[in-house]
Amino acid sequence: MGHGQQARVEIDGVSLAYGATPVLREVSVAIEPGEFFALLGPSGSGKSTLLRILAGFLQPQAGAIRVAGEDVTRVPPWERDIGMVFQNYALWPHMTVRQNVAFGLEERRLPRAEVERRVAAALELVGLGEFGARRPGQLSGGQQQRVALARTVAIEPKVLLLDEPLSNLDAKLRIHMRAELLALQRKLGITTIFVTHDQEEALSVADRVAVLDQGVIQQVGTPVELYDTPANRFIATFVGTINLLRGSLETADGNTVFRSEALGTLALAGGAASAGPAEIAIRPHAIQLAVPGKAPDGGRSWLDGTVAEREFLGEFVRYSVKVGTAELIVDQPHYIGEPGFPPGAKVKVGINSAQVKVL
Amino acid sequence: MKAIPLRLAIPAFAALTWSQAAVALLIAAFLLLFLIVPVVTVVYVAFVDGAGSFTLSHFGSFFSLSLMRESFWNSLIVATMSVVLASLIAIPLAYFTVRFEFRGALLIQTLGILPLIMPPFVGAVAMQLIFGRSGSVNLLLGEWFGFTLPIMEGLNGVIFVEALHYFPFILMNLVVALNNIDNSMEESAQNLGASGMRLFRRIVYPLAMPGYVAGAALVFIKVFDDLGTPLVLNQTNLLAPQAYLRITSVGIEDPIGYVIGVLMVLFSLVALWASALALRGREYATLQRGHGGLGRRRLRPWQAALAYGWILLVLALVLAPHLGILLLSLAKVWSFSVLPDSFTLQNYATVFEDSPRMIWNTVLYCGIAAGIDVLLGTAIAYLMLRTRVPAARSLDFMATAALAIPGVVLAIGYLRTFRGVELPFTGELVTSSWLLLVIAYTIRRLPYALRSCVAALQQLHVSLEEAAENLGATKARAIRRVVVPLMVGGILAGFVTSFMTAAVELSATLMLIPSQNDAPMSYGIYLYMQSAAGRGPGAALGVLAVAIVAIGTYLSHRLISGRAATEETRPVARLEALDGARAAGAG
Repeated sequence: MGHGQQARVEIDGVSLAYGATPVLREVSVAIEPGEFFALLGPSGSGKSTLLRILAGFLQPQAGAIRVAGEDVTRVPPWERDIGMVFQNYALWPHMTVRQNVAFGLEERRLPRAEVERRVAAALELVGLGEFGARRPGQLSGGQQQRVALARTVAIEPKVLLLDEPLSNLDAKLRIHMRAELLALQRKLGITTIFVTHDQEEALSVADRVAVLDQGVIQQVGTPVELYDTPANRFIATFVGTINLLRGSLETADGNTVFRSEALGTLALAGGAASAGPAEIAIRPHAIQLAVPGKAPDGGRSWLDGTVAEREFLGEFVRYSVKVGTAELIVDQPHYIGEPGFPPGAKVKVGINSAQVKVL
Repeated sequence: MKAIPLRLAIPAFAALTWSQAAVALLIAAFLLLFLIVPVVTVVYVAFVDGAGSFTLSHFGSFFSLSLMRESFWNSLIVATMSVVLASLIAIPLAYFTVRFEFRGALLIQTLGILPLIMPPFVGAVAMQLIFGRSGSVNLLLGEWFGFTLPIMEGLNGVIFVEALHYFPFILMNLVVALNNIDNSMEESAQNLGASGMRLFRRIVYPLAMPGYVAGAALVFIKVFDDLGTPLVLNQTNLLAPQAYLRITSVGIEDPIGYVIGVLMVLFSLVALWASALALRGREYATLQRGHGGLGRRRLRPWQAALAYGWILLVLALVLAPHLGILLLSLAKVWSFSVLPDSFTLQNYATVFEDSPRMIWNTVLYCGIAAGIDVLLGTAIAYLMLRTRVPAARSLDFMATAALAIPGVVLAIGYLRTFRGVELPFTGELVTSSWLLLVIAYTIRRLPYALRSCVAALQQLHVSLEEAAENLGATKARAIRRVVVPLMVGGILAGFVTSFMTAAVELSATLMLIPSQNDAPMSYGIYLYMQSAAGRGPGAALGVLAVAIVAIGTYLSHRLISGRAATEETRPVARLEALDGARAAGAG
């Protein structure tokens, strides 16, 4: 079941408000043909609203949606050819699996033989060829989701929308389905947009991610771009765990120095940043802890600190370390036989200037 | 950037919104014409004099008549005492089912439905034969112990019959309320040191109270409105019979009838208001559902004996009118004897000869009324839950308000409002056509059908419909292929409820029936019961009515479970059917 039709989706200045409460504010983003694109954001960020606008269940008050160059903003949902898999799957309990999958094809008035062929192919694609005669109520959650997926791809839509596709599955199944979704999307080559609040989910499968907050797109980029070069404070804190410090940048002898009351002085790599008030971000795993007195690694700036709390997380230990008046989160890998630092321990805190990001 | 009016947040597409608005307007017009205008007319007539200016003199003359004053107090006493007696029956039963682990629970559930299958006025005659001055029970008591009980004397009879008929409303509401109290609430109270009476007083009682009040208010309204039972028992010094008698004997101009109408509406409203007040802000009981229900205990032997004793006593009382009617329908003569002297099928022969037309009329009228009800119910539910038609909620409110309007009042309103109005084409008077009776049934039973439809649609997640649209079905096709098939259980339950309750409706029937020829079964039963000779055939017709209702219930159950053979709709359908049976007592 190859589609071949790969549509570009353009969201152009879309705004929507409920009464005086803005939900989306001039959202613009383009999704490339065949891309696996994630809309990531906390609840209430407007990501689901945007998905419903794409599907045609909501009308934006301003802006336009274009699919393959065609303006579909005013096209009713049933004429859009944009398939959507609902968060709760929305399988019809009064129909069998086969009838569910056939629905869209019947609405398109396809000949019966064609309907049967495509239903069988779609069910085969999701590995449920044997389940056509069952009712949705007789299937497990994962199977129900496959049926919902088969029902949507059977109509060979131009675009596939997935609303929190993994949220109703348990943790193990979620990781499995994640890989399966990605494989299916690659196989069909269909432009896919999925909504999620789970940053790990978005980063692990999406080609590109748009992060939404309070109805505004904060940043669009590949997962690595979002993680390494967050555009602002929100992205930095929302994607992964991070330490943020306020202070000011100063240049002396061509070297940039970050000065803050909390931390003291920290030498930074490169001199590109301009002087003035600034905020820096450091990932917890980019900081190293060492026993005072041990020969420190020359590539880092070393500060004095005290361990305030420790949290054992398996792969690593997460420390809260007091440095000056600041409290830094520091992740240290955990190995068998290494006890780490107890709370109250005096430590040296090593920061590699190359891993410091100036926001 | 296109200029789209800021107002629209959800709305679909302009053309469709127009059709939605048209449907809403049509329903509003129907409710206005056949509910609001007639009731307002009754109120208006009660407060204006001949010259059309405001007056309280009608109320003055009402209260200056000693018969009216007596009727007023009698109605209050009968309604209140019925609530008290019904509570005495229902509260122990409810407590047994939810608190203890024993097999009687099923029996109690049956108890809850049984009385509702037969309208109270049908059973009233049988109750007189069993519990009356020279009825079976008192004959036996007199023979064995030398005393008798005045169970059916005067107002006692009305109270006794009504309480036995309507106690299930309290029982069911209370059981639901008690079941909604999560076990953890009780356990956390125990954990914090409360037990015994304190636990009951501080946790169980306040949480169960709203359910009880809702049931009690319903019983009060039903008893207050009932016209058939007092008439059959020949207790006419009550408000409903007085309104009926004034309008039918003095005439449609008599303002006293309207004053009574206003008073009856007023008391209904007060009862509904009280129950709304008790329920307000108390929905928490239903919000937190864990395992459901209080912790169950095993009964000790003496407790079990007590519980079963009470249940069996109530069961015997509840079955009495049913058995009595059956016996009466098969009796050649039954008076001044414990049991009929000899048995015959002659009564049934008489009924089949005399009244096939009545049976047909009942099926026709109630079928049309119930059909319109589910149509309106589905439309209002859809407008309210799925569209942004601004007045949809007020349609729901209007339709539900019919609950507060007694049948007698609605009928008086119709007779006055449509006086002299002719039907288009035929030129027949509206007031002398059976159509008006059908419309009265429709309006009176709309709240039941509406609740059924609303509940059914609420169970359907919007995404089921959206998924259909997403796959290419237009709104109309999505409704036809997904929404309606999934609602069918609720719609059918609504139909059955409306049909059954309309079939035993007497108050509006008595006042609106244009001629003997157009009479439905309920009227036939009443008519037969007026004469001693007619009791046998009347009882036979009553048995037939109960049989029709029972067969209808059974068939709809079969139909529902056959059509909606899915895990998700089945429990809903079952609930709705239960609701239907519950509401069936609204005779």
